[in-house]
Amino acid sequence: MIDTLMMYMGYPFVRYAMMVGVMIALCSSLLGVTLVLKRYSFIGDGLSHVAFGVMSIAAVLNLTNTMIIVLPGTILAAVLLLRTGQNAKIKGDAAIAMISVGALAFGYLLMNKFSTSTNLSGDVCSTLFGSMSILTLTKSEVALCAVLSAIVVIVFILFYNKIFAVTFDETFARSAGTKVNAYNLLIAVVIAVIIVLAMNLVGSLLISALVIFPALSSMRIFKTFKSVTIFSAVFSVICAFFGIVISMLAGTPVGSTIVAADIAAFGICSLIGHFSGAR
Amino acid sequence: MALITAKDLSVGYGGQTVAEHLNFKVNSGDYLCIVGENGSGKSTLVKTLVKLIKPVAGEVKYGDGLMPGEIGYLPQHTVVQRDFPASVKEIVLSGCQSRMGLRPFYNSEEKKLAADNMEKMAITDLANKCYRELSGGQQQRVLLARALCATKKMLILDEPVSGLDPKVTAEMYELVSKLNKEGITIVMISHDIKSAVEYADHILHIGNTIYFGSKSEYLNSKAGKIFMMMQSKDPHAGKPLTV
Repeated sequence: MIDTLMMYMGYPFVRYAMMVGVMIALCSSLLGVTLVLKRYSFIGDGLSHVAFGVMSIAAVLNLTNTMIIVLPGTILAAVLLLRTGQNAKIKGDAAIAMISVGALAFGYLLMNKFSTSTNLSGDVCSTLFGSMSILTLTKSEVALCAVLSAIVVIVFILFYNKIFAVTFDETFARSAGTKVNAYNLLIAVVIAVIIVLAMNLVGSLLISALVIFPALSSMRIFKTFKSVTIFSAVFSVICAFFGIVISMLAGTPVGSTIVAADIAAFGICSLIGHFSGAR
Repeated sequence: MALITAKDLSVGYGGQTVAEHLNFKVNSGDYLCIVGENGSGKSTLVKTLVKLIKPVAGEVKYGDGLMPGEIGYLPQHTVVQRDFPASVKEIVLSGCQSRMGLRPFYNSEEKKLAADNMEKMAITDLANKCYRELSGGQQQRVLLARALCATKKMLILDEPVSGLDPKVTAEMYELVSKLNKEGITIVMISHDIKSAVEYADHILHIGNTIYFGSKSEYLNSKAGKIFMMMQSKDPHAGKPLTV
């Protein structure tokens, strides 16, 4: 088995897939803690469906570099979603549900009507559940992913204390003169970037798993914000690594295997938390 | 000049006024208690004072070198905080955020300030404990220490004793009173009129009747008498009055 793995690792595309997988897992877990605590667990889901919708527009327009419109489109949706949270004619969760299914339906409609592809259901399926396209990444795509991940990590570290303050007590932060809206906007933009990155890996239906499982698992065991954040990053990277390895050895779909690894590890963490009496 | 001067102030949400024509002053060293019926706009008023919402009409002036960001505010609990994984230290330190501007990390001065305020609130031994595992009284001390990190001059407390048992409530009042004697100006919302008149030196009553003045004048005023009587009859208002 080790031999097979070593053989696989000899191929550059496998190494690329591994690197991208680990980077995405790291980024998505960092903001996961904040999103779960702010009761925005489903924003990942909503935004990824928006990204799916925008991607189908790109497909219909026959754009080769879909990133050009997918990234701005998703960021726009993220900003809109977090804004509705504030002046709530339609409450946060309802707004997310609305945009999420709306974009999904609209995207499929577009693809079905206008797509020139011969393998429509294959296209849709790979966008929703992630594809083997992670194994066909080019060097420039890997580089782009690395740059964006680095930006996400740096932004997170620089604003770690502000993000904590805004997550724990928005009211107090605002009263102390912290620019809460600006930081919420920052969080929205960063999460949109992460989701667009993660679409390649697990597809738009499973992204939420990458965001929430690491956070929930580490919240079972750890009790301070810092330890929860660090552990969820470690957790996510380990699960992504083993998920990819298992998917290669067993020939299973990459995205769902990673999520399955996340779920299994969540179970273990829950047990540990239960028996150590953390909760 | 007073720290806060409210002139013909009307407060409310989304253009809807809940309390209007308020005139009062908070001087340095004062202990002001804001009392009134449920829904009379007490919380809305203090949110206006800490600039969370804009006044509907009138104005709030800040004097004596007090900047709105320098008020230590203790808001009511939120749902998010109930299961939040954070240590006491992390939370108290977050009170220093107004001092740091865009600087990303806390410096040693801020860490010392946080440690001093934890000492003051007698929660130093809880520093690495998880916030959600503390008792209600301990949680309030943590939030009070955080508010102290944000201010040297003034604390605004929104019902700091709600949900606490009588013993812890009394401790909390003593603690706030001690801070006041150390020179920090206190503005507190209270449901509990008995303690309000026991500790405060000024009373602002809002609701159907509006009253602002010193404690002794309030007890003799019409608004004060009616309100005290109502509270003593109301079984939900806590212990019977003996003042």
